[in-house]
Amino acid sequence: MTPVRVSIVGAIASLLLILVVLELVRGRRLKERYALLWLATGVVLLVLSIWRDGLNTIAGWAGVTSYPPAVLFAVATLFILLVLLHYSTVISKLTDENVDLAQRIALLEERVSRHLGPPAD
Amino acid sequence: MKRQRLIAIVPAWNESGAIGKVVDEIKGFDPAIDVVVIDDCSTDDTAEVAESRGATVLRLPFNVGIGGAVQTGFRYALEEGYDVAVRLDGDGQHAASEITKILGPVDSGDADLVIGSRFVDPDGTYRPPFARRIGIGVFARLVSILGGQRVTDTTSGFVALDRTGIELFAREFPHDYPEVEATLVALRSGLRVTQVQVDMRERTTGSSSITFVRSLYYIIKVMLALLVASLRRYPRLEGARQ
Repeated sequence: MTPVRVSIVGAIASLLLILVVLELVRGRRLKERYALLWLATGVVLLVLSIWRDGLNTIAGWAGVTSYPPAVLFAVATLFILLVLLHYSTVISKLTDENVDLAQRIALLEERVSRHLGPPAD
Repeated sequence: MKRQRLIAIVPAWNESGAIGKVVDEIKGFDPAIDVVVIDDCSTDDTAEVAESRGATVLRLPFNVGIGGAVQTGFRYALEEGYDVAVRLDGDGQHAASEITKILGPVDSGDADLVIGSRFVDPDGTYRPPFARRIGIGVFARLVSILGGQRVTDTTSGFVALDRTGIELFAREFPHDYPEVEATLVALRSGLRVTQVQVDMRERTTGSSSITFVRSLYYIIKVMLALLVASLRRYPRLEGARQ
């Protein structure tokens, strides 16, 4: 069974994560679409921290018999991996869009200087 | 028959020592060819030199790498309505006098993409170092198998394309180390691909962008790209072979 203290610490940490994410979204420093995965992470960890029987049961499924809170770490790691992977896809998209914009600028600049002469800089 | 509009696409990054001669040579080969040099944010005066020799220069606002630079040229060719494009490297390794050879199959309407290959003719003069020869051979074999057609030189940047080819590469061109993957994309999109024997020169200035340290990344990146490209579906192009 998960020690009560581990449950409390886990719950506080998860709540903090949720609050920080919400505050970042509120201050428009984090977009909702990027906040969702973080919120999901916080909520899942919060639930697993508080619901000690549930954590026990899942630990049983996973074959973790000696120390159920290890499942908390595993789940947290899994979610962090998900967030990172999500960021990799976001970066890839941004890279493509960046190159596309650079190409368009090069094409437009040539067209503009053809009609108006080169920029005076 | 209406005279075809022809464009030479020349990507260049810090090639001020070679680019002038490259442009001159193309213009000397055929004054009717428009030359567009894509300056991939050089720190030297590549763009000015190219412009002074009569080339159109597209200036990228930051360095996007060879693939993105070449694609800028294809997009320009598409927008400006060119019928045929040849691509040459800005370092002078592709001789303008060889353009006739790679234009042949495009001009006669037999191919959408012509690759200037150093290895069609087994008696060709180009003998790369052992490791590079193995690499080129492996990629050529892989692309041949995955693309369903034998190609011998997938790392060649000396190619000619008709309008169908320009349209494809303006839309879809890999960004780093592009040549190998681009060949496979062309084959899988149904382009008619031909190769002709050409001679290439040793580079006169600058250094190859492929250093020993980057080779491993190069090999792994291209392998992954080929694997993924062969799992992807490419829309068949209008006017390409069935």
